[in-house]
Order: sequence, then structure tokens, then C-alpha cells
Amino acid sequence: MRVLLALAWGLLFGVGLIVSGMANPAKVLNFLDLAGSWDPSLAFVMGGAVVVSFVGFRLAWRRSAPILVARFELPAATELDPKLVVGAVVFGVGWGIGGFCPGPAITSLGLAAPGTLVFVPAMVAGLWLGFRARNAKLRSFATKESTS
Amino acid sequence: MLSASTEFTPWASLLGGGAIGLSAVLVMLFFGRTAGISGIAVQALRPLAAGLDDWSWRVAFLAGLVAAPLLVSVVTGNAVDQTVSGNLPAMALAGLLVGFGSALGSGCTSGHGVCGLARLSKRSFVAVIMFMASAFVTVYVLRHIVGAL
Repeated sequence: MRVLLALAWGLLFGVGLIVSGMANPAKVLNFLDLAGSWDPSLAFVMGGAVVVSFVGFRLAWRRSAPILVARFELPAATELDPKLVVGAVVFGVGWGIGGFCPGPAITSLGLAAPGTLVFVPAMVAGLWLGFRARNAKLRSFATKESTS
Repeated sequence: MLSASTEFTPWASLLGGGAIGLSAVLVMLFFGRTAGISGIAVQALRPLAAGLDDWSWRVAFLAGLVAAPLLVSVVTGNAVDQTVSGNLPAMALAGLLVGFGSALGSGCTSGHGVCGLARLSKRSFVAVIMFMASAFVTVYVLRHIVGAL
């Protein structure tokens, strides 16, 4: 049941990426090209997604718990830190080179463009390295905290 | 490299964005989590980290993403319109940076850009401003200074 529902929500997300144009790197790069062939469409993608989730999250949070699991688990961090900023900047550079962010890249796998088939394995390696780096830094920071 | 003209599609983009938002809401409602794709992908790489139930829904969600183009082409009767750069070294570098940056920065366009902004998270506002700025600068440099893209 939970697997089928997750599959359905993934399908919905992927269909949204395709219908919106977000799964087309040419469109993403034109959105990012303010000084050239600017295509403002993607501002509408983000606008539509944020408005729906802003309202929908608040409706969902009226429940004491989610439907299939025991509790809502939202990101706990509230402080700004260098990892957040460095990570976002590095992500932006990659997004600007390839025109893919993670969702559209994964959605595009089956379309089998050579660029996608190179991008996704590299992204998976990067995700793993970034995850390791984030936790490694957390650990060293925690150690420093405890010794000071 | 990749420079294809695209049409301005405000209605399709708004509709598709709404579907993305609805999916994020359903993930929150049923699984109690933000639908950040980089986060889901990282956890999908770690089947032993949090138990099979916590892992399997993420893999199923990713499978749904992969299946989406098939559904769209069956329903519409048209192939999905997409232009991807064929510069493979550049795409490998881009993939590595996208993966590393989104994991280090705890989110990408979906986790920070959609769910984080909808949650009014200060960290996500900062992340979105930083990655939009860096992506704008990257495209500007590549297209208008280097002339490569």
C-alpha cells in the first residue's frame, strides 16, 4: 500500500516536472539566461508549486500525525551555516552547466539522452560524497564543541 | 553546446508546478516528510540506515519519477520534448556538482525551492537565493563571456 502510494506520488511529481517544462534542460537554461534568450516559465513552476504546498502543508499539519507513519519529521536545523551556503552555490553552478537538478534528471532517465545517462551516475556519486562531507564536518564541529 | 530556443509557457508551467506542489503535499500527508528529491535519493542509497519501510517508499517514489515520461507519452501520444546537452564531460561535471552541492547544502530545487519556501524556512530562503544567484552567474559566464553553452 505505502509503496503503491509513493509510486503514485512520484509519478505525479514527474508528470508535473514534464508538463511544467522543468524536465527540459534547454528551458531551464533559458530561464537562467537573464541576459539572453530569457524564458520566464520556470518562475511559474516554482510559484505554482510553492502556493499549493504552502496551503496543503498547513492543511496536512492539522492532523496530529501523517496517515502512514507515526509523526511528521521536518528538517530540524534552523541556523545558517557554511555547508548550506557552499552547498547551494556548488549546486547552482552544476545546475547552470547542465540545466538539470536532481528531480528532472532522474525523471529523464528513461528518455535515455546520452547527457542524462552521464549526468545521473555522476550526480549519485556527488550525492554520496556530499552526504559524507556534510556528516564529516558535523562530526568535527561536534568534537570541537565538546572539547572547548 | 546547448542553446535551443524555448517558448514561454506560463499556463503549462503553472499547472505542472501545481502538480509538483500537490505531490509534495501528499508526501507530507502520508509520509510526514518533505519531498526533497536529493534527500530522497540520498536515503534511497542507504537501505540499512532507517529500516525497510523508510527505504522502500523512497525507492518507489523515485521509480514513479522514472515512469512519468512513459505515462505522459502514452496519455498524450507524443514523445516528451527535451533537449539535453551532448557535451558529456560537461554533463559529468554538472552531475557531480549538482549531487555534491545538494547533499552538502541539505536540499535542491524541490527540498529548499518548493518545500522549504512553503515551510517559510530561513535556511531554505538563503539556499534558494544562493543557488539561483550562482546558477544565473554560471549561465551568464558560460553563454556570454566564454560563449560555450
